[in-house]
Amino acid sequence: VCFMSFLQFCLNKNPFRRRSLPAQRKYMRSPLIPEMATQEVQLNETLAHLKTESETLKSKLEEERAKLHDVELHQVAEKVEGLGQFVMKTRRTLKGHGNKVLCMDWCKDKRRIVSSSQDGKVIVWDAFTTNKEHAVTMPCTWVMACAYAPSGCAVACGGLDNKCSVYPLSLDKNENLAAKKKSVAMHTNYLSACSFTNSDMQILTSSGDGTCALWDVESGQLLQSFHGHAADVLCLDLAPSETGNTFVSGGCDKKANVWDMRSGQCIQSFETHESDINSVRYYPSGDAFASGSDDATCRLYDLRADREVAIYSKESIIFGVSSVDFSLSGRLLFGGYNDYTINVWDVLKGTRVSILFGHENRVSTLRVSPDGTAFCTGSWDHTLRVFNVC
Amino acid sequence: ERLHFRSAIFMLSSVFLLFSGHDIITWLIQKYCICEEEALHVGGMLVRYGYIYPLKEPRSLVLRPDESPYRFQTPYFWTSTRWPASELDYAIYLAKKNIRKQGELMEYEKERYSVLHKRINHTWDFVVMQAREQLRASKQRRKADRIVLECQEQAYWLINRPPPGVQNVLDMGLERPNNFSSRVTLVPSCLCLQIEACRRALGRNRVKSSICLEGFVKYSEQYQTHDPIMQGCLPSNPWISDDTAHWTMNADLVPIPTRLRVERWSFSFVGLLNDSMGRKEFMTYLEKEFSAENLCFWQACEDIRHGESSKIAEKVEEVYKNFLAPGAARWVNIDSKTMDKTLEGIKRPHRFVMDDAQMHIYFLMKKDSYPRYLKSDLYKNMLAKAIVPQETKKSVFPFMRRQRHSSPSPAQAVTPAAEDDGRAKGAGQAGTNA
Repeated sequence: VCFMSFLQFCLNKNPFRRRSLPAQRKYMRSPLIPEMATQEVQLNETLAHLKTESETLKSKLEEERAKLHDVELHQVAEKVEGLGQFVMKTRRTLKGHGNKVLCMDWCKDKRRIVSSSQDGKVIVWDAFTTNKEHAVTMPCTWVMACAYAPSGCAVACGGLDNKCSVYPLSLDKNENLAAKKKSVAMHTNYLSACSFTNSDMQILTSSGDGTCALWDVESGQLLQSFHGHAADVLCLDLAPSETGNTFVSGGCDKKANVWDMRSGQCIQSFETHESDINSVRYYPSGDAFASGSDDATCRLYDLRADREVAIYSKESIIFGVSSVDFSLSGRLLFGGYNDYTINVWDVLKGTRVSILFGHENRVSTLRVSPDGTAFCTGSWDHTLRVFNVC
Repeated sequence: ERLHFRSAIFMLSSVFLLFSGHDIITWLIQKYCICEEEALHVGGMLVRYGYIYPLKEPRSLVLRPDESPYRFQTPYFWTSTRWPASELDYAIYLAKKNIRKQGELMEYEKERYSVLHKRINHTWDFVVMQAREQLRASKQRRKADRIVLECQEQAYWLINRPPPGVQNVLDMGLERPNNFSSRVTLVPSCLCLQIEACRRALGRNRVKSSICLEGFVKYSEQYQTHDPIMQGCLPSNPWISDDTAHWTMNADLVPIPTRLRVERWSFSFVGLLNDSMGRKEFMTYLEKEFSAENLCFWQACEDIRHGESSKIAEKVEEVYKNFLAPGAARWVNIDSKTMDKTLEGIKRPHRFVMDDAQMHIYFLMKKDSYPRYLKSDLYKNMLAKAIVPQETKKSVFPFMRRQRHSSPSPAQAVTPAAEDDGRAKGAGQAGTNA
């Protein structure tokens, strides 16, 4: 009973959270759609009617999706050779942050990374030598998002300031990076994630205000906004597809939405998680994506089949997943968890192949390097670690 | 069912429900089919979060895998009970401790006690009164029960008010809206969007699961030998050996590429184009076939899509002049419908105006030139002469760590824009104009 209660506690949001920050009350206002009639009675009727319509359509959609589901992934994977035990080790430990590490991203050069933390510090490291190369202090705390530009010449970051700013990386060690800072994105609530698109010129952001947005870096202009989440959007990932026009986002409304970057439309939506989705990541082929949630599971969604096709969970894993990423071949899925561990999953067979210890507090962020030679984790224990096989 | 019943440690006649750290671990291993290390970790969490507390060394909330005794915390004090641990409650607890035995408070508790005394001074009478009441009531209990209650309470406060330097396990980070059904009603516009999205979803084509899932198996199989974490990499993994040879051999521009890299060019067309060297090779092939304008056009379109907003108009103009205008020097063959639509769109150029035309040419190359390239001598020769690095044997002397060399920061490397036609800066290429 005690264990079950503990399990319940872990899976629900903590009630003891101290309100040291102004309540980030969630509301959704869409400026694109004209306000409905203000008569309260009319509004309630319309609301009820819309809700029923929405529910009916959702069940119909589930029926349609189920019709083509003729086999499970682990069945198809029966013929595939199983993986042995994976023994992995920490190869580098990056110490330098004075507070919780919240986010990290790799540079295309496969060795440098940028990381951000709760105290506002953003650090660029050569993870290979563990040297710090640049550091900047943001004017806000809780820098939850950071990203490396494809060229390697700049980084973007943001958090409680509701903005996403771009810092060109100066060659001159004496120059203050903050001086060249460029404000690009403006949201009405915290910035949860950001990513450059295929060039340094555009940034995609997600926010606690329930929207995602695409920005032009040069002018700071909003190119497209994406409305559809009913709560904070916590994560996003760009599709590696041929046409390169879509991305996926995950939010506190338990939904993962796939968007068309051109039109701003939500083209696919998945709602099978039982709690906030903290992380989404595309499968390397772009045909699917994985998600990690506070419900202690990772899930795989196939975009062509238009449904969830696998759940990665274990009874002994009761803490939420903060971040997920695939190995280069897509055979392994790495998950960083709130119980300080990393679980490694066999994507095809659905089994866990390894559990890694090492961090002394939550793992808050996890990314595989661009060439798949290692993966890096960031943690609330103030450190980052680069892991690899033995 | 695995719990041992032991006689009282704390004297007297009562039988307490005790179990050892070892018991907990054994139970977890058996129930969840996990290894000892993981069981120790999960059990350790149970202790950290106060569901189980140690009797020996009660201030050290750690699970010891030996005969150390532990007890279950009473549900009243479980963290999941969501009983808010207020300042008042803490003050009463500290007051009780203070009254019960002078000098029982630890240094940090004394400090906090005096801070609370100042902060909630207005209710201090109430605090002392409550503390005295609770002490009086507990005196009526049997000594054994009283001791148990004191242990439970102490364990509870160790978690809700951890000593300085001890991690606060109840720290959940930034506040997020809890349960979204408890929030203010959904705005109608949000529901409208959902309904629209549902309708669109109902109309979409789906693929059978068996086909999709087979795709994953094939993909993972194909890329398995290319996955360094799965199968290692040659000559060695830099993170393990501290030798950057693997990166040097796979740099953007090398005289001879590695075999795995050239193999990947045959896995997908987008994979070929994303590799700067692969793209160069493909361009060379197209030049031989006199269809290089297709790739140049595609690159120019990428540049429009991903480049500066301010340059869109001029770039579109350039592309029109070079590739689309009648009699253009490098005219691309697009079907009339797409051409008409594109020419119309050019009148008001925007970032995505070339999308349709670009896609048409992309698929043309993918269906036609790409397969022929893979069968060509150009590709086959490249594959034949590609390097298969020798595996670097692990160092004989494990103590001698190689010097980890720095590399020039990409921020310092100002690569001049490639002299490709159409100012190629396609997907994934490093180096923008300084």
